Amino acid sequence: MTANGGSVLELRDFRVTFPTHFGDVMAVRGVDVDVAEGELLGVVGESGSGKSVTFLGLMGLLPRSARIEGSARIGGFELVGAPKKVINRVRGKRVAMIFQDPLSALNPVHRIGDQIVEMILSHQQMGKKAAWEKSVELLDIVGIPQPRERASQYPHEFSGGMRQRVMIAMAIANDPEVLIADEPTTALDVTVQAQILDVLQRIRQEMRTAVVLITHDLGVIARIADRVQVMYAGRVAERGDIGPIFAHPTHPYTQGLLNSIPALGRERLTPIPGAPPNMLQPPSGCAFRVRCPHAIDACAGDLPELRQLGDLATACIRAEELTALRSVS
Amino acid sequence: MVRFVVRRLIWAVPTILIVTFLVYVAIRIGTDPVASYLRSNQRASEAKVQEYIEQNGLYEGFGGYVKGYFQWLGGFLTGDWPHSIKGNQPVWPNLKDAMANTLRLGIIASLVGISIGLVFGVLAALKPGSLRDGGINTTALVMLSIPPFISAILLQMLFGVYTQRWFPDASWLHLPVAGVYPPGHQGFDPVLMAKHLILPVTVVAIQTVAIYSRYMRSSLLETLNSDYLRTARAKGISERRVLVRHAMRNAMLPIVTLAAIEFGALLGGLIITERIFSYPGLGDYFLTAYSNGDFPELMPWMVFVVIAVIVFNLLADLSYARLDPRIRLD
Amino acid sequence: MTDLLPSIATAPVEFVPETVPTAESEGLAKSISPRRMALKRFLSHKPAVICTVILAMMVLFVVLSPLTARYGVNEAIFPTTAERSNRYISPSSEAWFGTDEIGRDLYSRLIYGTQVSLQIGLATAVIAVFIGTAVGAYAAMRGGFFDDVLMRVTDIFIAFPFLVALLVIRNMLGEVPWLEPILGERTSIRFVIFLLAVLVWTTVARVVRGQVLALKEREFIEASRAVGASNFRIVTRHLLPNSIGPILVALTFTVVLAIIAEATLSFFGFGPQLGSGATSLGNLVATSKENVLSGHWWMVIFPCVTLLLLALTINFVGDGLRDATDPKLQRGGGRA
Repeated sequence: MTANGGSVLELRDFRVTFPTHFGDVMAVRGVDVDVAEGELLGVVGESGSGKSVTFLGLMGLLPRSARIEGSARIGGFELVGAPKKVINRVRGKRVAMIFQDPLSALNPVHRIGDQIVEMILSHQQMGKKAAWEKSVELLDIVGIPQPRERASQYPHEFSGGMRQRVMIAMAIANDPEVLIADEPTTALDVTVQAQILDVLQRIRQEMRTAVVLITHDLGVIARIADRVQVMYAGRVAERGDIGPIFAHPTHPYTQGLLNSIPALGRERLTPIPGAPPNMLQPPSGCAFRVRCPHAIDACAGDLPELRQLGDLATACIRAEELTALRSVS
Repeated sequence: MVRFVVRRLIWAVPTILIVTFLVYVAIRIGTDPVASYLRSNQRASEAKVQEYIEQNGLYEGFGGYVKGYFQWLGGFLTGDWPHSIKGNQPVWPNLKDAMANTLRLGIIASLVGISIGLVFGVLAALKPGSLRDGGINTTALVMLSIPPFISAILLQMLFGVYTQRWFPDASWLHLPVAGVYPPGHQGFDPVLMAKHLILPVTVVAIQTVAIYSRYMRSSLLETLNSDYLRTARAKGISERRVLVRHAMRNAMLPIVTLAAIEFGALLGGLIITERIFSYPGLGDYFLTAYSNGDFPELMPWMVFVVIAVIVFNLLADLSYARLDPRIRLD
Repeated sequence: MTDLLPSIATAPVEFVPETVPTAESEGLAKSISPRRMALKRFLSHKPAVICTVILAMMVLFVVLSPLTARYGVNEAIFPTTAERSNRYISPSSEAWFGTDEIGRDLYSRLIYGTQVSLQIGLATAVIAVFIGTAVGAYAAMRGGFFDDVLMRVTDIFIAFPFLVALLVIRNMLGEVPWLEPILGERTSIRFVIFLLAVLVWTTVARVVRGQVLALKEREFIEASRAVGASNFRIVTRHLLPNSIGPILVALTFTVVLAIIAEATLSFFGFGPQLGSGATSLGNLVATSKENVLSGHWWMVIFPCVTLLLLALTINFVGDGLRDATDPKLQRGGGRA
């Protein structure tokens, strides 16, 4: 599923475990990811699905106690197990990340311009003045009016949407190959959301940056994603291009997600019953089986692997069966 | 910013006036200046007593108090201070010396406390939950729990009696336990002065080191857990830079404020330590004046303490406004 | 199960799970009440636990004075004779902590004295917490002018040198004639308790005010109001119970403050002077001042160490309580 020969970002059997008072929390239990140049991958899941932890883990931003296993490569370069100095050279330069709450994510006592300059100067050789000019330019690119004056201001003088734009400007400062956006619109108003998504879209198109958009909001995915990856309980449930995922999802969890969106013509809301699993002791086999209307005994067996089914990759062992049933009725 | 300063200054003036008035009333009621005068000058004639009352504005009744306050205030501001009750001495020279001594003690102890305390606070915060952290916390709490006069008494006993007995030859251990200089010493000798300062500074520093290390630890911990640190790390800058430019820079904010307030409180708070070490500072000055009921000596002291407290609180607020851009406009 | 349902992708589904999910089957952790969690946290704080034990032992020891003291508080261990004076005997089998200037057993006097000081400390703390909580909660709820005034007043109170305020207020309280029947003589325990309480309640008020202010805006308070609860009810049934943590901590710290303040007062001879030789810990510590240079080390060491131990253990218990009840002070794991 890669375009232009080869993924820019590639994760294989990625695992993250947190040792706690009560035992090991297995937040991510074997996840594969592929993102190609200029592609926008939407990663969807509930809280606790491991969607954020996966990418925080590859960036090396998890607490020291977290155990990371598997492989995570940027343009072929392995990040798991790499020494700190090496990771620092990659972070901010080849892969950048923006976070959910732009107010707390920006240092309140440094000027915006200085914070972007810091990003630039840690990876590029440049004079201070040149770096300042570049940061003004970046603010302009992300659509901040009067960028020169704004660059001398402090985070609290910006609105939420503007702050997120600033974060994006900072993230693209060194022209990274991959931009990871962790719930960038969750804390924003709906109208502002659309603007931010447009900015991300533009960046993806003009700079050919691979973008990973993590969210729990399917509406956001529907708007700009090329491909979608659905995560549940630390594993990938289903994966594919955006069209097929929305049109004929094969995994009951994806179906449940789509069903729970309020829509015209639907008389009642149908949420997915139950609650996300406790990652200290996730259910055996397919973790979704305790909430799944189609679960059978075999679902409690081995961990289901992703397999190709038509234009989708699914982890439900009954996928063909259920599709057949559906077409019958 | 300037408006902020000006507004605070304008507020400070009536506050000082009100507080000094309250203090005036409290001291007059509490020490009964007339009786004190009579105690110290038992053979004073009626006329003398009356003159004393006039000079100090010691009128009775509420109206009298107010009148007396303003009379005193007028005299105070013009530099026309009445002489002390005991010995009829001018007040300012003693007060000046006392201030110098206490300032010396206070500044040195603060510097020691801040530098050592901050280092320990940082060390503790960098490895929270570790043995190092627990050890520093426990030590700080122990140090805080030792009331200053207990440590003063114990240290005085140790160095005044026992080092001589146990280590008669190690003269460097026989630290002086009283005064600014050995009795009868004339002139200025910084080394001797320093020797005499060692024990009092230690007693005060025990408290200040503990206070600053605890404050630094909690401030730095809070900073270390904030989101913008994660953003900083995501930029790929070195861990050292993250710690200094982001964590420490933000953690120091409340420390500066604390330092201002603590120092303001320090000046009047060394009373017992000074008494035990016979150190002629502001605290000792107060005790002597108070036990003599010496009204002319007490009032200037009170005023200076009140002003110091208010000024330092103001400085604390100002520094916070200056350093934290979120509080610029007020 | 396979026959349960037809179309999946489009039509909404009424789903009945096969088994009713219980807490265990869903893999959720068993719920613990906040009180239990606080207790657990406190118990994991080793220094605090050790100090609680030591403190409890000390208090017990002192309270059981009929069993633990060897002599009366004003009783010389033996009458002075020509061959042997009973003054200033260094610690021996007859007097474990030595004797004082009129031959009384320091060990027993220390026990009685600590009793008195503990009484003073506890009483002061209870009164101060009572007043401070009431005023602080009221100020937080009321807001406005009253709150401003309270903050200003406590600001000044707190910043003023403690000892100065202590001495000045002591004198003032002593001079006001109509207060005397209530407060008693200036040298009585009652007076000292009230004096200390007057000075200390401001710190408690600030703590409670802060806590109530923080809680006031929380949703569960809004919910109570929406149901029509009166302010008084909100304070007593919701805000105060949720502030127990900081109030308890404030209580322990005021006990220490009071005990040390009593010692400070005694240092200047303004402490409680109980008749017939009775004494307080503060008094004993104060007399040690005169004995520093005279070589009667036991007169200094034992009272000072006792006061120290008391202050230390209570502070540690208070610190442990604070850690146990304040969710913000987590011992976090460092970030990578």
